[in-house]
Amino acid sequence: MKDPVITTQSQAKRRRIAPFVLGAACLTLAGSIAFTFSGARADESMADTPPSQLRRLTELQYRTAIADAFGPDIKVVGRFSPDLRIDGLQAVGASAVSVTPAGLEQYEDIARAIATQVTDKDHRDRLIGCAPSATDAKGAACARDFIQKVGLKLYRRPVSSAELQQRVAATLDSAARLNDFHAGLAATLAGMLTSPDFLFRIDWPDRSGRGIDAWSAASRLSYLLWNAAPDAALLAAAADGSLNTPAGRAREVERMMASPRFADGVRAFFTDYLRLDGMDDLSKDALIYPAFNSSVASAMREQTLRTITWLLVDKKGDYRDLFTTNAIAMNRTLGPIYDIPVSKTDWYIHQYPQGDPRTGLLTHASILAQHSHPGRTSPTLRGVALTEIFLCEKIPAPPANVNFAVVQDVNNPTLKTTRLRLQAHLDDEECASCHKRSDPMGLGLEQFDGAGQFRTLEHDVTIDVTGSFEAKPFNGAAAMGKLFHDSEQVSACLVQSAWRYAHGRNPVATDAADIARLTKGFAGEGHRFSALMRSIALDPGLIALPRTIRADAPRAKKQGVSG
Amino acid sequence: MTAAKMIDDRLVQGTTRRGFLLRGVVGGAAVTIGLPILDAFLDNNGTAFAATLGGGNLPVRFGTWFWGCGMIPDRWVPKATGADYDLPPQLQPIKDIRQHVSVLSGFNVSLGSRGNLPHLSGNTGVRTGGAADDWLAIRAPTLDVLIADAIGGGSFFRSLDLSADGNTRTSYSFRDGRTMNPTVPSATEFYRKIFGGDFNDPNKADFKPDPRVMVRRSVLSGVTDRRHALLNSVGASDRARLDQYFTAVREMEDKLALQLQKPPPAEACSIPAEPAALRAGADITDVEQRKQNHKMMAQMLAMALACNQTRVFNMNFSTAASDLRQSGNTTGYHQITHEEMVDRSIGYQPTVDFYALRNMEAWADFVAAMAAVKEGDGTLLDNMLVFAHSDVSYAKNHDVQGIPMMLAGSAGGKVKPGIHVAGAGEPISRVGLTIQRAMGLPAESWGLDDMTTKRSVSDILV
Repeated sequence: MKDPVITTQSQAKRRRIAPFVLGAACLTLAGSIAFTFSGARADESMADTPPSQLRRLTELQYRTAIADAFGPDIKVVGRFSPDLRIDGLQAVGASAVSVTPAGLEQYEDIARAIATQVTDKDHRDRLIGCAPSATDAKGAACARDFIQKVGLKLYRRPVSSAELQQRVAATLDSAARLNDFHAGLAATLAGMLTSPDFLFRIDWPDRSGRGIDAWSAASRLSYLLWNAAPDAALLAAAADGSLNTPAGRAREVERMMASPRFADGVRAFFTDYLRLDGMDDLSKDALIYPAFNSSVASAMREQTLRTITWLLVDKKGDYRDLFTTNAIAMNRTLGPIYDIPVSKTDWYIHQYPQGDPRTGLLTHASILAQHSHPGRTSPTLRGVALTEIFLCEKIPAPPANVNFAVVQDVNNPTLKTTRLRLQAHLDDEECASCHKRSDPMGLGLEQFDGAGQFRTLEHDVTIDVTGSFEAKPFNGAAAMGKLFHDSEQVSACLVQSAWRYAHGRNPVATDAADIARLTKGFAGEGHRFSALMRSIALDPGLIALPRTIRADAPRAKKQGVSG
Repeated sequence: MTAAKMIDDRLVQGTTRRGFLLRGVVGGAAVTIGLPILDAFLDNNGTAFAATLGGGNLPVRFGTWFWGCGMIPDRWVPKATGADYDLPPQLQPIKDIRQHVSVLSGFNVSLGSRGNLPHLSGNTGVRTGGAADDWLAIRAPTLDVLIADAIGGGSFFRSLDLSADGNTRTSYSFRDGRTMNPTVPSATEFYRKIFGGDFNDPNKADFKPDPRVMVRRSVLSGVTDRRHALLNSVGASDRARLDQYFTAVREMEDKLALQLQKPPPAEACSIPAEPAALRAGADITDVEQRKQNHKMMAQMLAMALACNQTRVFNMNFSTAASDLRQSGNTTGYHQITHEEMVDRSIGYQPTVDFYALRNMEAWADFVAAMAAVKEGDGTLLDNMLVFAHSDVSYAKNHDVQGIPMMLAGSAGGKVKPGIHVAGAGEPISRVGLTIQRAMGLPAESWGLDDMTTKRSVSDILV
């Protein structure tokens, strides 16, 4: 068995417990569980994720690439294949997925619609800049310029001369067949957008066969820091070789981190880490939570992301303060959920008074609402989510034939609060072993209902929000947030997750030292998230080819594509 | 010679590759073998293929129909076996289609040493022949994928996946744990996919190959030029993924080649009107609205089948752990299955019973939509085999013993419809094996671990 969680191994071992019951958790485990939930497995180890050189672009990365290459007015219309989340991260899933026949069909549809727009009368002057007739021999030059220019942006490397030649010939052939130069060029562009060089971020081996080439390194850096393809300056650094030097690389990393686009990279990481994409599918019972609707759900996600970038990027704050801050991004849409009169039309940073129960990330409606049922809270779902996301621990599946009747009888005359009903689990030894672990954290959040609204009573009984975390007692969400702030495991889990996000795979034993060093460095630099990103970006491991791939692809060094 | 020119030449010479792919997994790596041409519409291609042709040489289609949260066994399982089985209360909705529907009760999913991940273990057990507690961890493709690999290649879509819940992620069709076939989640989207710009009307009098399609195909051929360089630069697991990508490209090339040929006529095919989009704010978790949405999708699907657009489909009526609710009701079906007390005066959970009936009404709608299309001497349904099942039997306990299953249609005469078979605790994988054999697959055994079986359910097969 592999080490379950490298940096938190000792804690994980301490916490390892025999099979247990997560009764309430099952309530929202719909069939597509692996895609909405990190995929609880019967053991605590992470999924086996072989090192990969191919990562499928996420929908957001695809959209960003099109906007960067052609401008924001080119519409990307169509349905993308759902991204896969493995052990909590889509960044890891991206290294495991491929393209199915139905998926390719969708990509081709989307690509043709983009290509039609790029070559239409409204855009061709700006985006193509030459307009030969279908039979014009000079069309070759026009096509060549376009393919070279666009190819560099889409493939994140120069188009090889062989491909260039083939694509120019195909363009002219299509143009003649369709009797329209621009239709021919559109067909070629659609082909490029359907090609693996665009749809996958590919780590091409360098000539030594031990690392990845400069173009691939540029992509790794820019997707880590910006969640976007390399810009012209970074590509230039790849072309002139400066990116291969530590100084050149550091210079580019500093430049990128100073750019406003760094916030996009931070947002992308936290969207993945906190599973905020789940807000897209979140629905609540309209009668029980009339203040909730899909635009509120989007605003909840935006609120969390804005709070994070405000604290971690703008203020260059301590990551741990996310759990204790009284500040939260707010807008008018969210006023009713937070019971705050909002007069401003734009987003602003709202300050809660000291000692307010609404303190820190754990009290954000995005997290509270997402890990609840449509019509009520679920301390177990919340506890499981907190355990998986912030402690990097996995929760196994409950055993068969659980009797849920007591736990879920909301009209039980004697067990009026969720805590009392869940207590029934703790009276059952088999259930207790794990509910003791997950429920206390969730019960600490019970003052927030299934849509994230504050309350103090459930069925007229005062809600008890006491509990303990890491053997320390707390009373309420704010106090629990303070314990999260102080927890080494919480910080270590962030580092490990950021590493997995950057590398697109789960760590193996040989990665432990690397992650331990990053963890130490993170603490040493005051838990600054940007410092962590910088360390990961500058780590030579980020651009190394994993050993297993080196052994497996002996011909790699001969096949690297040169500019 | 350019690829487009080659297509033209092949068309002239009548040698356009029009094959299907047989895939398997050998030693963990996907293996793809191109087989010689087999034409779906001519009965001259050997026994395996002929086995999936029905009366009058019409193609036989296979599909699944899924609903979540099972049933109440005492109110669903017929007492009598064989033909003319009785209809307990929860099967009353199928009374008008009973002659087309076989009921399979009492077949069990064995969990082996695994825990029961509610609503998932049973579903993976039925679909892959081995229970898994995570779709990521499934060890074999789902049944529909196996069948689509064998018979899906001759038509425009290898398979069509639909979900009436509006969510493209609601799919129980997987090639492996990392490869889910997402669903088309709305009737309008489905309509555009089938009857939109790419539709090649089988009954159109004049047929001219579209040069734009030729160009698209030639562009895809250009993509495959990258195959060699890529495969040689990556490790083994990435090669398998690239192989999957290039297989998708090849399938699409084949599809576009089909577009360049005049399709064989399909007398039952008529292009339906485009369905209206759901009104803004429509709540399709509401069970009545879901049923209407599903019925519309079923009618679209029936026409897609009659027009020979696919031979394999998956239709999900609700999610596993059913997402159905009633508007204005605070607790959903799934929560109710666990929470509602058994009413002592009637002996069952009344609200759970309400939903179970709605599920069966939707199933009846689906079968009726297929039976409403005349094809050859009979109906579309006669040339289909539809496999309906749920994720659990008695939802209150997440029971995976006796998960309810039904078959509709006679698979072109290969299957005996309208009977009740009581499984008496036999492995549920016997049903999957039977289905594969009915669809002409040369499957000797199917299922994993203690669900491995070589025995089909002989009562069903003709």
